[in-house]
Formats: sequence, C-alpha cells, structure tokens
Amino acid sequence: MKTLKVNGTDRAVDVANGTPLLWVIRDSLDLQGTKFGCGAGLCGACTVHVNGKAVRSCQTQIDALSDGDEVTTIEGLSAEGEHPLQKAWIEEQVPQCGYCQSGQLMQAADLLSSNPSPSSEEIRSAMSGNLCRCMTYDRIESAVMRASKA
Amino acid sequence: MTYQDKPAQPGLSRRGFLVASAATGALSLGYGVMPTGADAASHAASISPSMFYDIHADGRIVVHIPKAEMGQHVGTALSQALAEELECDWSKIELAYVGFNPAFGLHITGGSWSVNWTFDALSRAGAAGRIALVEAAAAKLGGTAADYTVENGVISGGGKSVSYGDLVAMGIEPRAFSEDEMKALTLKGAGDRKIVGQSIPALDIPAKTNGTAKYGIDVQLDGMVYATPAEPPVRYGASVKSVDDSKAKMIKGYERYVIVNDPLGTQTGLVMAIADSYWNAKQAAEALQIDYDLGPNAAVDLAAIHAENARLIETGEATRLFLNDGDADAGLAAADKVMEAVYETGVNIHAPLEPMNCTVEISADGTYNIHAGNQFQTLLMGLVGALGVAPEKIMFHQHVLGGGFGRRLDCDYVVMACLTAKEVGKPVKMVYSREVDMQVDFTRPAATVAMKAGLKGGKIDTWHVSSASAWASARQAPAFLAPDLSGDPEKKMDGFAVNGADHWYTMPNQKVLLSMNAVAQGAMPPGHLRSVGPGWQFFAGESFIDEIAHDLGVDPLELRMSMLDGAGKNAGEGITTGGAKRLAAVLKSVADRSGYGSDLGEGRGIGLSAVTAQERASASWTACAADVTVDKATGAVKVNKLTLAMDVGTSVNPTGVKAQLTGGALWGMSIALLENGTFENGAIQDRNFDTYTPMRMSDLPELDVELLEVNGYPTGCGEPGTTAVAPAIANAIFAASGARVRSLPITPEKVKAAM
Repeated sequence: MKTLKVNGTDRAVDVANGTPLLWVIRDSLDLQGTKFGCGAGLCGACTVHVNGKAVRSCQTQIDALSDGDEVTTIEGLSAEGEHPLQKAWIEEQVPQCGYCQSGQLMQAADLLSSNPSPSSEEIRSAMSGNLCRCMTYDRIESAVMRASKA
Repeated sequence: MTYQDKPAQPGLSRRGFLVASAATGALSLGYGVMPTGADAASHAASISPSMFYDIHADGRIVVHIPKAEMGQHVGTALSQALAEELECDWSKIELAYVGFNPAFGLHITGGSWSVNWTFDALSRAGAAGRIALVEAAAAKLGGTAADYTVENGVISGGGKSVSYGDLVAMGIEPRAFSEDEMKALTLKGAGDRKIVGQSIPALDIPAKTNGTAKYGIDVQLDGMVYATPAEPPVRYGASVKSVDDSKAKMIKGYERYVIVNDPLGTQTGLVMAIADSYWNAKQAAEALQIDYDLGPNAAVDLAAIHAENARLIETGEATRLFLNDGDADAGLAAADKVMEAVYETGVNIHAPLEPMNCTVEISADGTYNIHAGNQFQTLLMGLVGALGVAPEKIMFHQHVLGGGFGRRLDCDYVVMACLTAKEVGKPVKMVYSREVDMQVDFTRPAATVAMKAGLKGGKIDTWHVSSASAWASARQAPAFLAPDLSGDPEKKMDGFAVNGADHWYTMPNQKVLLSMNAVAQGAMPPGHLRSVGPGWQFFAGESFIDEIAHDLGVDPLELRMSMLDGAGKNAGEGITTGGAKRLAAVLKSVADRSGYGSDLGEGRGIGLSAVTAQERASASWTACAADVTVDKATGAVKVNKLTLAMDVGTSVNPTGVKAQLTGGALWGMSIALLENGTFENGAIQDRNFDTYTPMRMSDLPELDVELLEVNGYPTGCGEPGTTAVAPAIANAIFAASGARVRSLPITPEKVKAAM
C-alpha cells in the first residue's frame, strides 16, 4: 500500500510491485485521460509528471515511487483546461484523433516549465519522443510556440 | 460530447422535433452502387431530417453523425452543411455519433467519402427543417410562411419572433417532405454561404486537450475482466494444439485462458489471457506456454510475395482488365520506342496509436453490448450476426477512434472480444498489446506495378499497366468486387487495388491489368491503408511519367501539362467537371510556389506529382512538389520542403481540410522514407515503434499548403495527400542525384545503389 498525491489529492494504491504507473493510473485510479500506446517507452502517449517532471508512465514501476510523490496527469494539468498549452492547442486546432495529445501536452508542459521560450529546434528535440500517428506535428510545434509567448 | 446508439425514430414529440419523409428504398451494398457526389441523397435509405438531427425544446440541435470520428473532425464538417441550410445558431450544435442505423445505408467511414456522400443529404435535411419550422411558426403566430425570415435559429415576422427551441416546446404538427420535394429544395449558392467554407473550430477538439474524450479503450464496465492475446507465431494460419498455463497461474489476478476459435477466420491462433487488470493479463499472456500448428504460411516471406507478384505479371495469370481505351497492344507494337519500368512497394503497418480493443457485455437477454471505435458498422453487424447473434441483439456503441487509417475498417477485434466474452460469461475488455496489434495488422499489401509506355513522335501514345498485389476487398468485403471489362461476369476485380491507374492525362491508348496475389492473400491478409491502391499506383505512374520526360528530353512539368488538356473523357462530368484542367491548376500552383525550375545547387532537387485520389469519379485534385537534398556519399535523403495544393471543390472547413491534406502528405512521406515493414517466416517481424518507425517531429519538413477553391461540390480530403508525396520525393531524388529508386520505402541503401 502506497499513498500518492495524484492531481493534488491523496490516493491509496495497492498493486503488485512491478506494475507500471500507467496501469495504476488507468485501471486502479480510473483516470482514463492518460493513454496506452506502446507499453515500451517508444511513443510517449502515457506521459505524466512525477514530482513535476515528465516521465513515461508505462516505464515507471510503482516500486520506484514513494509515499507522497506527486503524480500529475492530463486531468490535473489545469482545473478547467485553461493551461496556456491547452488554450494554444485549441487555437491552433492541433488534435486530429487526439489519442497522443495528453502525452504531447504533458511533455510540452515539462519543456515550458524548464525552458519558457524554446526555439523551434528545442521544441523538436523535446517533443520527438512523442509519436503522433496523425502527424499533426506542424501544429504541435506552432502551439508550443504560441503558448511560450502567452 | 454525447453518444447515441439509435437516432430518434420518426414521429413527433414535444421534446424531439421531427420531420418525416417517405423512404426512397434501401441502398444495396456493392461497388457498382457506391454513391458519388450529388447523388448521395438518393442513396440514403431515407432522407428524413429526423434521421440526421433532433431539435430540442431547450434549443439544442443534436446532429446524428453516422461517420466515425478518427481525427478528421467529420462531425463538425457535416454539421456545417446542415447548419448552413437550417439557419440555426451554431452554438447550439451538439454531436451524437451513431452506433448503427441501417437507414444510413452502407455504414462506413473511409474512401474519403464522408463529406462527399453526405453533404447534399445534410444540406437538404437542414433546408427541410427550416421550411417546416417556418411553416409551424406561421401556424402559431399568424400569417403565412412567406411573412417570416430566419436568422440564427430565430424566426421573425410581423413584429413577432420565436426561437426554434421555443417553437418545439410549444409542440408542432408533423410535416412530411416527399422525395420529389426534397430533390426540388433550392439550396444556397456558394456566394450566400455563411457557415460552409468557414474554419469553425472543431467541436471534438476541446475534449481532446483535457483528457475527457472517450475512446473505446476508456470504456469501464462493472464486473469487467481484461483479456489480451499472446503473440501468435505467424501472421495467419496458425492453430493452437495445447496450452499450459501453470506459469500464468503464478500471476496475481490471472483467471484463465481462452483459445479463440473464430469460425469467421478474422484472426487465427489467438489465445487470450483473462485477468483482473490489463497489466496482469499481459503478464499472464507472456507466461502462457502454447504449442501451435504453424499452418501453411510459416515459410512465406516478403521476397516470396514480391516474386509471386512478378510471376503473375509475367504470366498474365488471373489477369483482370480494369481499363481499355484505344488499342494498347497495337500501340506498343507501332511505337517508335517502348519504355519499361517496374515499381514495388513494401509492407506498411497501420499502427494507430490506440491499439485495437473492444469491450463486450452480454446481457441476460442475450444482447451483445459492443463498445469500440469502428469505421465499418455494416461489416461489424454482419460479422457479429454470422457468429449467431440476431441483429436485434447487437447493440454497437460507437466511440472516438484513436486513429483509423483504414485499420478500423476491419472488425477482427470486435469478433475476438465477442467470442471471449461469450466464453468467459462476464463483461470483457479485450485489448491487443502493441506487439499483437502490429503482428496481426491487415497491412498495406506489397505491390508490384509494371509499366510500359509506347512513345511516338515525342509523345506518350500508349500506356500499359500490369499490377499485382493482395486485394483487401476480396478478403474483407467481397461485395466490393466488381466485374472487370472482359465481359465475363465471373471475372471480378478489386478496384481499390488499382484506382489511380485510370489517370487524367490524355493518351490515345491505355490498358490497365491487375492480378490478385493468392500467396500474399493467405499469408499476409491485406487491409485498406490510407489511400489504398492509389498509394502504389500513383507512385508507379507519376514516377514513370518523370522517367519518360527525362528520356524524351522534356521538362516533367511541361510533359504533364501537355497531357492535362481536358480532352474527351478528361473534361470530367458532374462533380469532376473541369477535369484535367483542375489537376493542371494545382500542379501549376505547386510548381510556381516551390521554385521549381530554379537552380538549387549540387545535390538538391525538386520533384513533382499530380494525383487524383481516391476514385476517378470522386477525384480530389492534388499536387505535390518535394524539395530534397541527397547526400551522395551515404544516399541519405533530407526532405527540405513539401509544397502542396488541393482542389476539393469546396473546402467545407478549410482548417480541417488543411489538417487532412498535411497529415495525409506526412503519412505519404513516412511511407516513402521511414516505414519499412519486414515479413519473414510467415510473421510480421516488427512488433513496436523501435523497428517500425513512423515520422517524428524531428523529421518534419517545411510545409507550404494551399487549397484552391472553385465552389464545386465537395470531395474528400483524407487520403489524396498520402498518394502524392512518394512519387514527388522519388522524382526529386532523381533531379538531385540522378538516382532513380523504384521501390518503397526509399532507403539510403537503395539511393546509393541507384546512383
């Protein structure tokens, strides 16, 4: 049994060691916004923040987390979808199927928290681990740029 | 966003406003009756507005979207067509995705058909609703309909006004429109439109930025268990001899395994591990020790499939005749010179980011509640019915699709989940792991296209295409097979494997042949992958024209333009009116904007393509100029820029159309350079995104995308971009380095070898 601070709320978690955080979030905590894409850390769809840093939740075993660790999912990125990135995502009409976008947004939020004014090259470098099968990459880049100037 | 399984039935209530009209007869399923363009309304089994939308007393207008939402924002585009004529308040529009309703006829999302088939029907449904409401307002408020005008969902006249919602709340008399009345409705001209043609923000996007969009994989049911299959040893044809689950039993939460014996053969050799969570099911699936009979395909590899393609083309065995204009055989015999080239494409895996999944709950009365995202409900209903479930006991709940690209035209995952749920006796969420999802994909088939051209007087006099591949329709939807041109009704062909070979260039003699590769059909069941046949046909045709131009010493742009004269059948008709001249216009646009013809320096070049995917009858005129740099030492290709232009008649939502054109073009670039499926020992070797490597943001080229608006009837936009890029890149590589690569994907090794 472990208690994590998930989107600001203490949540008790009781799963076997070795269970990836992704499945804790989706199946135990019933937060479906975080997505399963590859299970191997190759696509970034499962990206969440642990203690403020972007991680691939499918590659983060529950054993690696401690009581009180803060987990932020897309549902906790902002209360009402008003994070500058979420606004920019709508203004630039970024999502197509949308399945990768929770992970894209969490990755981009981590980028902007450490680098508030990234260059195009820095955006591409930070975001290239996140696959978008609809390939709406040009709009993702534009939206990160827009949010960085908001 | 809301989901609805059945649109409200015709009738009248105070809450749901309905206008009924006489049914016009059912749509029969088949290639020959595919509705195109303005005929679309007559192909819907009914044009009752109630089928398409309800107006509620609180003013909400719920539009029933029969098409799958898989990233194209189709609900927004279709609602724009409706709202334009209904004259309603756009802010009151809500989308409800239809599970299955036979009234919509062939229930499918694909072929770039959605807006093309439905625009007219929805426009008329909107106009009929507006007329009925105005008549009802006149009946309530006095005077005649002619005394009233409508703006933004409010009917006004004689100093009085009433909103649509308030009118519905008052209760109104039914109003039926006959088929003739529906046809006679006057719709707005392009100059009068206020909603169609506007880049209205897509209604499905906000939910896709905050985690609330509900995909099939997000369905959670009480008492549900999870199922995931063990990786089968071959793509198709294995059977299970025995299973030892002693190791799986050590996984906490593991319940049992299920050997799925699919009587329909949608998949083979799948054993499901059942557990209390996906993760535990996955662990258990890996721990199952399964003894398989590998079946008949265990020795087949990609080389064998290409060899069979070549043999079919060489022998002419099982050939079907798709196009026969003039006399191509005589033309080749009389030519000054005959050029030949053979083009090949490799294996492409759909790999939508949401792996295939389906959740099934069989209720006490035997009803199958099926939750999934799917592109082809008519097939889904047919397959589940073939499992022995009565149609009235099949309730399909449509969800947002985490990518379609043609993968979700197949229903194997639905069949797997239904069979597993029946065996387990509990609600089951069945999810393919990424590894299984790739392993059992219905791939884009490896195709071979042999081209011959007869040149006469410096022009292309004869065009001869022989194509071989597996045929997706023969496996999945035999009703789509159509008789070929031989006159023998037994000779059926898959037009989806050859569309695009019937191009819009004026050439006196043209012949197009195709054959089905039975080896591939068995070992590597083919699917429809974004753009289907035009993906390989245009790679071959547009590369070959470039080769001919260079051989003739003519600029490839000039050669194309000289043949895009709009003569004869290439003048187009109906929605293709304008024909080849429209293709010439988009081609000129990309040539002008890309700097084609300017000196780019050593190792850099621009290549062109002009395509008309999907079908000739629903052509979306599309051109690409690819600007590439080739490293002659390594053969590495860098795409500097893609310049694109498309004419879809009318872009209902230009921002959405641009997204589809751009996304399609980047798919095309990914297929051209980056996605290289391997098939050995009867198995797809790629199991994840480590060896199967679609484009990432780091690969993104500069983009210049333009839509040419001609105020025509809208055609599709999801697939043409995919077909245009590979030949443009191949032609650019030739311009940059002199290397002609005739095989996809274009790898540095192939470029180097061709130099």
